[in-house]
Amino acid sequence: MRNRHIIKKVLHYISRYWGLLILSLVMAAVSALLALVLPILTGDAIDMIVAKGQVDFDGLSKIINRMLTVIGVTIVAQYIMNTCNNKITFDVVRDIRREAFEKIERLPLSYIDAHPAGEIVSRVIADVDQFADGLLMGFTQLFTGMLTIVGTLVLMFRINVHVTLIVVLITPVSLFVAAFIAKKTYDMFRLQSETRAEQTTLIDEMIGNEKVLQAFSYEDDAMEQFDEINGRLQKASLRAIFFSSTTNPSTRFVNSLVYTGVALAGSMTVIATGGALTVGQLSCLLSYANQYTKPFNEISGVITELQNAIACAGRIFELIEEEPQIPEAEHAVTLHDVRGSLKLEHVGFSYVPERSLIEDLNLTVKPGQRIAIVGPTGCGKTTLINLLMRFYDVNQGSIAVDGTDIREMTRKSLRTSFGMVLQETWLMNGTIRDNIIMGKPDATEEEIVAAAKASHAHSFIRRLEHGYDTVIGENEGTLSQGQKQLICITRVMLALPPMLILDEATSSIDTRTEIKIQNAFARMMQGRTSFIVAHRLSTIREADIILVMRDGHIVEQGDHESLLEQNGFYAKLYNSQFET
Amino acid sequence: MKALFKYFKGYGKECVLGPLFKLLEASFELLIPLVVVQIIDVGIAEGDRTYIVKMCLIMVALGIIGLVCSLTAQFFSAKAAVGFSARVKQALFHHIQGLSYSEIDTIGTSTMVTRMTSDINQLQSGVNLTLRLFLRSPFIVFGAMIMAFTINVKAAVVFVVVIPLLSVVVYGIMLLTIPMYRKVQNALDQVLSRTRANLTGVRVIRAFSKEEEEISRFEKANHELVGIQTAVGSISALMNPLTFAIINTGIIWLVYRGAVQVDQGIITQGEVVALVNYMSQILIELIKLANLIITVTKAVACAGRISGVLQIQSSMTEGTYDGENGRVVNDRCAVEFADVSVRYCNASEDSLQGITLEVKKGSVIGIIGGTGSGKTTLVNLIPRFYDVTKGTVRVDGMDVKEYRYQTLRDKIGIVPQKSVLFTGTIRSNMQWGKKDATDEEIMKALEIAQAKEFVLQKDGGLDAEVAQGGKNFSGGQRQRLAIARAIVKHPKILILDDSASALDYATDAALRKAIREMEDPPTLFIVSQRTASMMHADQILVLEDGEAAGLGTHEELLKTCEVYKEIYDSQFKKEAKGGVANA
Repeated sequence: MRNRHIIKKVLHYISRYWGLLILSLVMAAVSALLALVLPILTGDAIDMIVAKGQVDFDGLSKIINRMLTVIGVTIVAQYIMNTCNNKITFDVVRDIRREAFEKIERLPLSYIDAHPAGEIVSRVIADVDQFADGLLMGFTQLFTGMLTIVGTLVLMFRINVHVTLIVVLITPVSLFVAAFIAKKTYDMFRLQSETRAEQTTLIDEMIGNEKVLQAFSYEDDAMEQFDEINGRLQKASLRAIFFSSTTNPSTRFVNSLVYTGVALAGSMTVIATGGALTVGQLSCLLSYANQYTKPFNEISGVITELQNAIACAGRIFELIEEEPQIPEAEHAVTLHDVRGSLKLEHVGFSYVPERSLIEDLNLTVKPGQRIAIVGPTGCGKTTLINLLMRFYDVNQGSIAVDGTDIREMTRKSLRTSFGMVLQETWLMNGTIRDNIIMGKPDATEEEIVAAAKASHAHSFIRRLEHGYDTVIGENEGTLSQGQKQLICITRVMLALPPMLILDEATSSIDTRTEIKIQNAFARMMQGRTSFIVAHRLSTIREADIILVMRDGHIVEQGDHESLLEQNGFYAKLYNSQFET
Repeated sequence: MKALFKYFKGYGKECVLGPLFKLLEASFELLIPLVVVQIIDVGIAEGDRTYIVKMCLIMVALGIIGLVCSLTAQFFSAKAAVGFSARVKQALFHHIQGLSYSEIDTIGTSTMVTRMTSDINQLQSGVNLTLRLFLRSPFIVFGAMIMAFTINVKAAVVFVVVIPLLSVVVYGIMLLTIPMYRKVQNALDQVLSRTRANLTGVRVIRAFSKEEEEISRFEKANHELVGIQTAVGSISALMNPLTFAIINTGIIWLVYRGAVQVDQGIITQGEVVALVNYMSQILIELIKLANLIITVTKAVACAGRISGVLQIQSSMTEGTYDGENGRVVNDRCAVEFADVSVRYCNASEDSLQGITLEVKKGSVIGIIGGTGSGKTTLVNLIPRFYDVTKGTVRVDGMDVKEYRYQTLRDKIGIVPQKSVLFTGTIRSNMQWGKKDATDEEIMKALEIAQAKEFVLQKDGGLDAEVAQGGKNFSGGQRQRLAIARAIVKHPKILILDDSASALDYATDAALRKAIREMEDPPTLFIVSQRTASMMHADQILVLEDGEAAGLGTHEELLKTCEVYKEIYDSQFKKEAKGGVANA
């Protein structure tokens, strides 16, 4: 994404807050300029107090009054500016996050599957924060900084041209020094962060899998590897930290040269001009000389921050501008009273164009039939689920429910006609009740309990301290895998949609729970069109249609007997169970 | 924190010299305003140009000395901080290697990783900053005040008022906002976890068409965040205006008091300038100090957490038997359990109770039972990952507590439930089992583990890259590689802890067959939920709630053990009726 495009987008977001922005800029200008006036007034005040008996108290109190006014106005301006900036920053961040989140809800599954969750989350959270801090705060700093520099120069020149020229000429040296050190230390920092990353990876792996390590008596090797990297990191860190820490002393030194230069030239001028340049003005010049370099150092920092912020903004906008899923068809129908017949005609699908997966799949399912999907691990059984739920669209052919192409109906009505229980259970943050009523938000307490009883979840939920109101955290820590699965089944049991997609449990669940889940499944499937990713022979044998998958392809299709007769892949798979 | 001080040893010189040079630099900085006073009061007042030049040269000299001092200080501080943290890190890493499974469980691996990484990094920058600034900032603040007093006591009284006032404002705002920032962080975490949940649970959310609802829930969290941010923002927005007001009012007051003193001839005009200069220096240092205090507080907390881990001692004592001296060993039994009970620390119930079991060399034993029945606990006792609470576990006739860890564990190949691979190549992973394993040995192991086929298909074969955690392999492939890794070891005892769960029945069966056909086959422990995996084992131990519910062959157990029969039926009943399962 090009920078110009990004900046245009940024301006678009800020444009909602034009009024605040202008107010903030005006206040920034006011406070920056007034902050510059103060040293002048201080200088003037000092000029009122020349020596014993030569103090002009009237003049002094006038100046002091002026100073108090300036201070008063400045603090009000500063506060208004800060508040405006906060408001703009927080609100823009909120707006962007909302848009990003709305986009996430509308992204095609293919995008979400292809991008690690952590990466998208970091765009929505970290990048947005950095963008806001960097761009908005950076912008204000840049603005005040430049204003301060210009203002200082003008005021200094007005006081004395020669002395000011010294400041203008020597100051850039400090910037050069800073830039020079930054450039020289860049490689050291890179080496440090590379070595640190290497060490972190090692720590992650070794400590994260400490048990495996000990099982293989690998401790000594691990320590040896660690010590080697640790030694390198120590060297790299020392270099990076020390050399970068020379920046401050060095620039401070240059600044002290500037200061000395002003003191020298200034006092000479005072003597030479016989008081045309006053001591008060000299003290004013000195304090400007001290302040003058600060915004320069800040600005160079701000510029890297701005570049960084633009990069962050780029990543966010990339997400926000990502192509959403295909919108609903214009006259998309809402399914009512689904009977549960399905027809797949010449369906072709692949995730990537180079590798075709499903080719010319035809399948007719009558209401209430059971379809078992079988195949070895990783054969792509979920692909079919993706197509049925329209998480992905078919590339060729069509899928129809009750005679209507699924692309001609609303996603909502299609998806709510399916009840889905996957092996990878997912529960949302909230109470158990919240999770159960996902498919039927207006369910009564009786209905909930009835569903939970039917899925054998009631007995364990009841025993939890807060029962149905037990809060499930993000990691769902307190519930066992089997209990989570039972809640997911209850969820479907309550909504009881006309069609089901079920993924049979494997070894992570103990046998007793497994039997319960089996029974719950069996009860649900009665009279409903069901697709089952099956592992158990009993399920497979009872299916009306068995789809045999291998490497993403559907290789065989038929019922148990006919498939055994074919003596193909299914027969091999089936017989292998009983060999040793 | 105190426990960590010993890691400064050897850096004592740096720890003293760093701050000392920093102090020197600060002292020279404090002298500058005094020189300026001389320029104004002597040089300008008397029109003495050579005096002015001399004073300016002194200023340059002070600057150079200051630069040298501060560079020296930075170097010593960096050296001490980096050296210290490298040592702490090393000590911690080595310490963790010596912990037993019980301690690892108590601490948790993710905690240990955090201690090793972010905690130590924060500690390092805390130490570095402390060495650099902890003396400097207070020194400048109080130094400036003291210098002011040497100039004029009456005027300097302003400092006595301004410094506490500034401190109250700066620290007050910080104290007020720190807990609020924590709230901001919590609110941000909410926003974050909503976003994450919507990505990981996208299928469920869309299946229930909850997109709109999720958006409004997100909006609520988002809104809350902005609310807290605005609240804390409006307080911290006070910091700049207030400090600005205090410092400048202080200056006005100073000028006025100074004017009175000058009028009475007690001090000079130049000295007023110096007083004003000292006042301006205070603010920056106070803010630096406040930030430093926050950093140090965090670093101390990190140090506390780190030394917490360092203080945990392994609950097991290593034995001495290293296999060298020919002590009498039982040549009949590979593993014996004699009335073994295990209770994990902090647990209220035994995880295993009264288990007695003898496993003959070269035999196959199946262990079956529900989740939490103690299967994994049982096999973890063999390599002495945990200690028994009661009873004895013997390997080759000797109590596992008498072995050196390595001697014992070298006999045993264990494939844990969660198969983990490490960054490197397939070969480097295989060599975990045996450092000098040849390609031939590795290929043989891969073949037994049913992994040869897909390894050969990989680009580079044995040299194919393995990403962190083995992410570039499927679950089933990872399991087979983990099995091969254990087989490369040529262990006397091989334990498959539910490690074929991602394999289909055919591969699982082929794997078991290949292991049994190895020359000098290992004593094999198969832990599984599937009866099919162990139907042909020499004996099967059925566990229920940590107790033995049955022990015998498949046929015997079907007749005598209700639990086993139930498990078997749940997996095979229907087929048995159809008569196919007996085929």
